[in-house]
Amino acid sequence: MPVATLSIHRGGLGDAPRRDEFEIAFEAGESVLDGLRRLRIARDPTLAFRYACLNANACKECMMLLDGKVIYACTARLEPREMRLDPLPNKTLLRDLATIIAPPDERLDRP
Amino acid sequence: MLRRMIVTRTPADVRHLEADVLIIGAGGAGMYAAIEAARRGAQCVLLVDRSLIGRGGATVMAQMTVAAAVGSGDHWQHHLADTLAAGRGLSDPKLAALLCEVGAECILEMDAWKVGWARSGNGFAAVQAPGHDRARCVYVDFLSTGPAVSRTLRAQVQRVGPAIRRIGEVAVTDLIVQDGTVTGAAALHVATGEALTIGAGATIVATGGLTRLYARNSASLNMSGDGYALALRAGAVLQDMEFVQFFPIGHLAPRLIGMDPIMWDPFRYKLGGRLLNGAMEDFLDRWGGDAENGTYSTTRDLATYAITKEAEAGRGSPSGGAWLSFTHVPEAELRGAFGPVIDRLAANGIDLTRDAIEVSPIAHYHMGGVRVDTSMRTNRPGLLAAGEAVGGANGANRLSGNAITEALAYGRIAGAEAARIAASGETPAFSPAAASDATGRLRASSRVVNTAEMIARLQRLMSTEVGPFRTASGLARAGLALEAMRAEVGDAPPGVSGVPHDLARLDWFDLRQMILVAGTVVQAATARTESRGAHQREDFPGTEEAWRLNQLVELRGETSSLSRLPVAA
Repeated sequence: MPVATLSIHRGGLGDAPRRDEFEIAFEAGESVLDGLRRLRIARDPTLAFRYACLNANACKECMMLLDGKVIYACTARLEPREMRLDPLPNKTLLRDLATIIAPPDERLDRP
Repeated sequence: MLRRMIVTRTPADVRHLEADVLIIGAGGAGMYAAIEAARRGAQCVLLVDRSLIGRGGATVMAQMTVAAAVGSGDHWQHHLADTLAAGRGLSDPKLAALLCEVGAECILEMDAWKVGWARSGNGFAAVQAPGHDRARCVYVDFLSTGPAVSRTLRAQVQRVGPAIRRIGEVAVTDLIVQDGTVTGAAALHVATGEALTIGAGATIVATGGLTRLYARNSASLNMSGDGYALALRAGAVLQDMEFVQFFPIGHLAPRLIGMDPIMWDPFRYKLGGRLLNGAMEDFLDRWGGDAENGTYSTTRDLATYAITKEAEAGRGSPSGGAWLSFTHVPEAELRGAFGPVIDRLAANGIDLTRDAIEVSPIAHYHMGGVRVDTSMRTNRPGLLAAGEAVGGANGANRLSGNAITEALAYGRIAGAEAARIAASGETPAFSPAAASDATGRLRASSRVVNTAEMIARLQRLMSTEVGPFRTASGLARAGLALEAMRAEVGDAPPGVSGVPHDLARLDWFDLRQMILVAGTVVQAATARTESRGAHQREDFPGTEEAWRLNQLVELRGETSSLSRLPVAA
């Protein structure tokens, strides 16, 4: 099986940024979201990222940066190389890869 | 007594919200309920969802069709007859009639709200799904029904204005009960990790079903059965928990991303297609299905049975399912029916003129749920349910196309009744003291355990032992394993409160509900010593007239207890 190395931004707002690297074997065609979900089960349940639907590209929650470009984790495919994952840069960070993306009037604290 | 939305701090320093009507879940049922409650005069409707508003749950995932008697010559009573026949003798006819009658009105209102139902001539385009006596299923092209329904309802909710307050990322963990009446809820605010309480004159559970209990499922992350657990712990009654619908032709291989795994159903509606075994032979008629001859006529329970049995007999496709082939359909016809979807398939390396794909049964819907009356009220004052969370209308097997119809119809009915209850002032004011157990749990700390791995383990267990085919020994193994997991999960969530987007902690609150609900499925499936619709016992293969009964579940202390009742007339 091919192996992807996921280099993932960790930490919350105001934390000193750090990165964790995970090697993950995958089947051809699997998505970055497949990989992240498997990492939570097998390696680190505290890893934070957003998703609601399962690879259907219906909820549009799993936006993040792959090598600096905005992607949906559910449609970007795992590749046998280092893949750098970061939170959306123009949204307030929650933790790791999760940012505040709810419309302002649908938040508990409305700005 | 209409309440104003106020935000206060209780003595325990937990943030508190007040509403006339609290709606838990912002899928089709929850959003329709919010619109209707506001239309009936509720001035403060609070619509919460554990995900983002209108993006989670099953509605947005529904790429298929919606059944409603809106065609010329059709009548909701014809739809009702098909719904009752599909329910294999266990449907509540009054609830089923509401689904068909009010559902048709909602489909027309959705049209006025410009959802974009596909047209044909002067009317709606409609397809005939298995189990229907005519073409009755409307849709939005191409594979856009669910997203269009979600988007349309969300726009209407926004149009209502300040009477509906929408808040995402609120995972309700307990309902609050005072002297037998539900007065609101306690919740985890996922974004901040903080505890939250909500007081409400009426509360509607619109959280969908329980498909997340299974490893392979067609809904989203949200469908953990949490609404069933909330209702059960609050003293409400559940029914028909043993009836989990497996959708027979869920996508299996090759890996397909960015698409709903149940997307092959509309292909079958429009183009027929052929289900073939590993040797590329027709096989449905071997297991009691029709020889389809290129049409789509086999009901869900029969197709699930046939695919599973053919694979068990060693004649499955390479990944353990069946082949679905459209290679006999000309490319122009494929493109005419599904346009841009053909390109999305090409991006996944699938060329339907050349390649068959592999399919197998996938957890899709739950017929059982919260027991309600024809106003969607539970036996607990102050508590209502709507949508898939409701049990009864679909009996032992749901008719194709009825899920969105049910969501809209029951949402509308529940919203109206909740507005009436809130205005009546019959619900006592929320008491923080009544919520202390729930808020204590939300603020508790414990050692870190791998709750994500435990959920994956529970999903494997349910798929293996409590799938479409059950035996006494498998169900007993599942019951014991669930007991062990209950002990492993413990009484407090891992980590500390106040951590933003803490999925490990959210998983713990989900597990607490999933283990309880999975236990009720096992309990009801064990007791039903017959096979009927979606509940197939390999050790009791026949359907018994004496079992034309609904099984009810209640919680006594920490233990769920089962009783039986003749099906409502």
